[in-house]
Amino acid sequence: MSDNILEMRSITKTFPGVKALSEVSLQVRRGEVHAICGENGAGKSTLMKVLSGVYGAGTYEGEIVFDGEVQRFSGIRDSEDKGIVIIHQELALVPYLSIAENMFLGNERKGRGGLIDWNKANADAAALLEEVGLAENAVTPVGSLGVGKQQLVEIAKALSKDVKLLILDEPTAALNDDDSAHLLDLLRRLRDRGITSIIISHKLNEIVAIAQSTTIIRDGRTVETLDMSAPDVDTDRIIRGMVGRDLESYYPDRVSHPGEEVLRLEGWTVRHPSQDRLVVDHADLNVRAGEVIGIAGLMGAGRTELAMSVFGRSYGRYESGKIFVHGREVKARSVSEAIDAGIAYATEDRKKYGLNLIEDIRRNVSAAGLAKLAKGGWVNGNEETKVAEDSRRDMNIKAPSVSSIVGKLSGGNQQKVVLSKWLFTDPDVLILDEPTRGIDVGAKYEIYTIINKLVAAGKAVIIISSELPELLGTCDRIYTLSAGRITGEQSVHEATQESLMKLMTKERELAA
Amino acid sequence: MSTSVGSAQTNNTPPEVPDAAAKATKTGTSDLRDLLSRNLRQSGIYIAFFAVVVLFAVLTGGTSLSPGNITNIILQYSYVLVLAIGMVIVIIAGHIDLSVGSVVALSGAVSAVLVIKNGAPWWVGILAALAVGIAVGMWQGFWVAYVGIPAFIVTLAGMLIFRGATQQVLANTSLSPFPAEYQKVASGFLNGLLGGNGYDAFTLLIGALAVAGYAVSGFRTRVARIRYKQPVESFPLFIARVVLVAVVVMAFAWQLAHARGLPIVLIILGVLILAYSTITKRSVFGRQVYAIGGNLAAATLSGVKVKVVNFWIFVNMGFLAAVAGIIFSSRSNGAQPGAGNSFELDAIAAAFIGGAAVTGGVGTVVGAMVGGLLVGVMSNGMQLMGVEQQIQSVVKGLVLLLAVAFDVYNKRRAGSSR
Repeated sequence: MSDNILEMRSITKTFPGVKALSEVSLQVRRGEVHAICGENGAGKSTLMKVLSGVYGAGTYEGEIVFDGEVQRFSGIRDSEDKGIVIIHQELALVPYLSIAENMFLGNERKGRGGLIDWNKANADAAALLEEVGLAENAVTPVGSLGVGKQQLVEIAKALSKDVKLLILDEPTAALNDDDSAHLLDLLRRLRDRGITSIIISHKLNEIVAIAQSTTIIRDGRTVETLDMSAPDVDTDRIIRGMVGRDLESYYPDRVSHPGEEVLRLEGWTVRHPSQDRLVVDHADLNVRAGEVIGIAGLMGAGRTELAMSVFGRSYGRYESGKIFVHGREVKARSVSEAIDAGIAYATEDRKKYGLNLIEDIRRNVSAAGLAKLAKGGWVNGNEETKVAEDSRRDMNIKAPSVSSIVGKLSGGNQQKVVLSKWLFTDPDVLILDEPTRGIDVGAKYEIYTIINKLVAAGKAVIIISSELPELLGTCDRIYTLSAGRITGEQSVHEATQESLMKLMTKERELAA
Repeated sequence: MSTSVGSAQTNNTPPEVPDAAAKATKTGTSDLRDLLSRNLRQSGIYIAFFAVVVLFAVLTGGTSLSPGNITNIILQYSYVLVLAIGMVIVIIAGHIDLSVGSVVALSGAVSAVLVIKNGAPWWVGILAALAVGIAVGMWQGFWVAYVGIPAFIVTLAGMLIFRGATQQVLANTSLSPFPAEYQKVASGFLNGLLGGNGYDAFTLLIGALAVAGYAVSGFRTRVARIRYKQPVESFPLFIARVVLVAVVVMAFAWQLAHARGLPIVLIILGVLILAYSTITKRSVFGRQVYAIGGNLAAATLSGVKVKVVNFWIFVNMGFLAAVAGIIFSSRSNGAQPGAGNSFELDAIAAAFIGGAAVTGGVGTVVGAMVGGLLVGVMSNGMQLMGVEQQIQSVVKGLVLLLAVAFDVYNKRRAGSSR
């Protein structure tokens, strides 16, 4: 008989309009490190939120059996009481509070009269810090620690709650190699003490190194669970499981006639805005007129950081490297200079960074190119309306009029407004970051059609996408990015999902 | 890879365009209910204002609408309205300015020292006051825009600094009186230029010109919109709107003409309102203010030079605070160390009651004016009725609270229908 600490049976979770999880099953043996793999958006995080009670009982179908009992968690508190602790990718620590204060937040060490016994708290914290191998004083503010050490504080916090099952969501994504190695080491030690862990990671080497079993999730379904001790299981085997699917959506045909080079990056290097590490490390790439190139990379690989730093240094601290537009070096230090140089960037998160949701279509379309509609500082409102009307027609934006508020449009139509905005600036090169995220299949097809039209008109397009089929269906060439480095460049004819995934998961030391 | 393109295309591009076109022609002329529901946030304040005016006209037995009282309200609240123009722009951009009361005092004090103490001509005082306001605006704009200190802190500090500076400049004593020319800014009238028997014909003429200007510009906008195939209100509705405005304006002018004529301060106010509503609606600068307040990140990533815009917003606020300072010192015929106390709160209240959103990105100059007038009419009406000061304060506070609650409720409703 197998001793499973956790069994999730046929979990189905539906959001309005989307089935995020469909009959997902997961069995975790007591005392093992169990990895969960899958592409971005495959449903890993949703599954963990179901498990930890963020999505409470009743909001999903299926059952959770933990420690031999069926559980009905209605909040994260319930799951923690049973010994399930989840550590999220974005750490949930209060930077201004000390390590001890963070560790016992909501779980305070109370002394006489209900007051907090700080001596006990600090002593307990120090003991836990030693367990996780963190040589810091318990009264140190958490904000003064690096990400790696904060991660350890989170784990120590979990241990303080008497954890039986520790869930780590992308624990090493933001860590350097040393910190990662230290963390994996800690997980092994915890395993020896009998604590079961679930680790969600994109770093397949780490998974091979630490996990006893790996469950692969794809499009909200369990694909398979691999026994990592089996002889043929390696990173390639996992990749095959992650990507092995048929193309579900279709891509419009395009005949490609690449012309002259429009944009070239040479040795583009960018430092993280606050931490001492490179988020983009000597990137070289180029794109020609009438060409679509793709940038593939897993979460945290530096795709958006690369794009935003090129777009008027909107992200991070510029370190070195050059941008050439039409063969001439461009030093775009601000967004308006980048726009003037002919670069446009449609952000990954439309609602947060792309649109003024409380304004109408007209004012969003004109937002980046207002100068073209103005004479002596005065905007020609009627001309603006005409431009917006033209966009509405050309892009097939489904809205009663250009005075419709953008916040009320569907995702696909919002994205068309974003594209309209950038096309109005008449750019030479368009960088589209996740252009079809959160958009239904029909609207996706329309977006691809628009991209094709742009390319036919001689624009250069760079697409950043987590969906490999999308890149394979729309691009001429695809660059892969891993840990800030370009690890490969393949033409669409030679690239496959497997070959890209291999390059995307290539570790730093192997990249050279 | 790209199979069955043809069928996908027909599936995914339904005949939306003719449908939308049909819809557009249908909504080509919109009726009154359409207009009201679309601009509920804005029309709400007009309705409330109208209700308050009628309420107090009834409660005071018509006194509140008498020629003398209308003139009074204008003279009494003009400086708050001037401040509210600048304040609503600050608020649209997502900031706040707590220092304007102190800036009103400081600009008036500098002017008084020059004119009253040192005998400089009246216009030197006015220019000096404006220079002080602009300098203050540049100072605060620098800290907000380029250093990145929240405006709340910068202007709270400014409130203390400029109050202290005022007391220093005045050596903690009051100065008065100003020469007659200076006093005219706030209490002068254009009267008798064209004669008239018991009423001022010139005031009526200006009123008529304002109505004509409104009608002509409205008509031209309408024609331009039609040329660009934009929906317009139906023609009878357009006429009705013009007639309504004409009746209100002419009735207002008629009352003024029967009192002391056209107040100079009303002309100043009228010019400022016209200029600033045009700037906020039509200029690149104005658009960028809305863009910054609506979504700072999106504005930045659309190439808006956020720092420059923020800087000028505060310079402009300083300028308008100085204008208000001139009007106030002229009206009170001197400068006092404690002048302008809590004016910032009146201006902020006017902007919020007038429909500006606490979170930024929303608001209009005209709305803020109506918001300010609403408070003005209310306070004035309560004074006429002999309501005690403390009750007035409570009522004003409740009105502000309800106005913003209405705004929040509206937004939540809009949010849930998304």
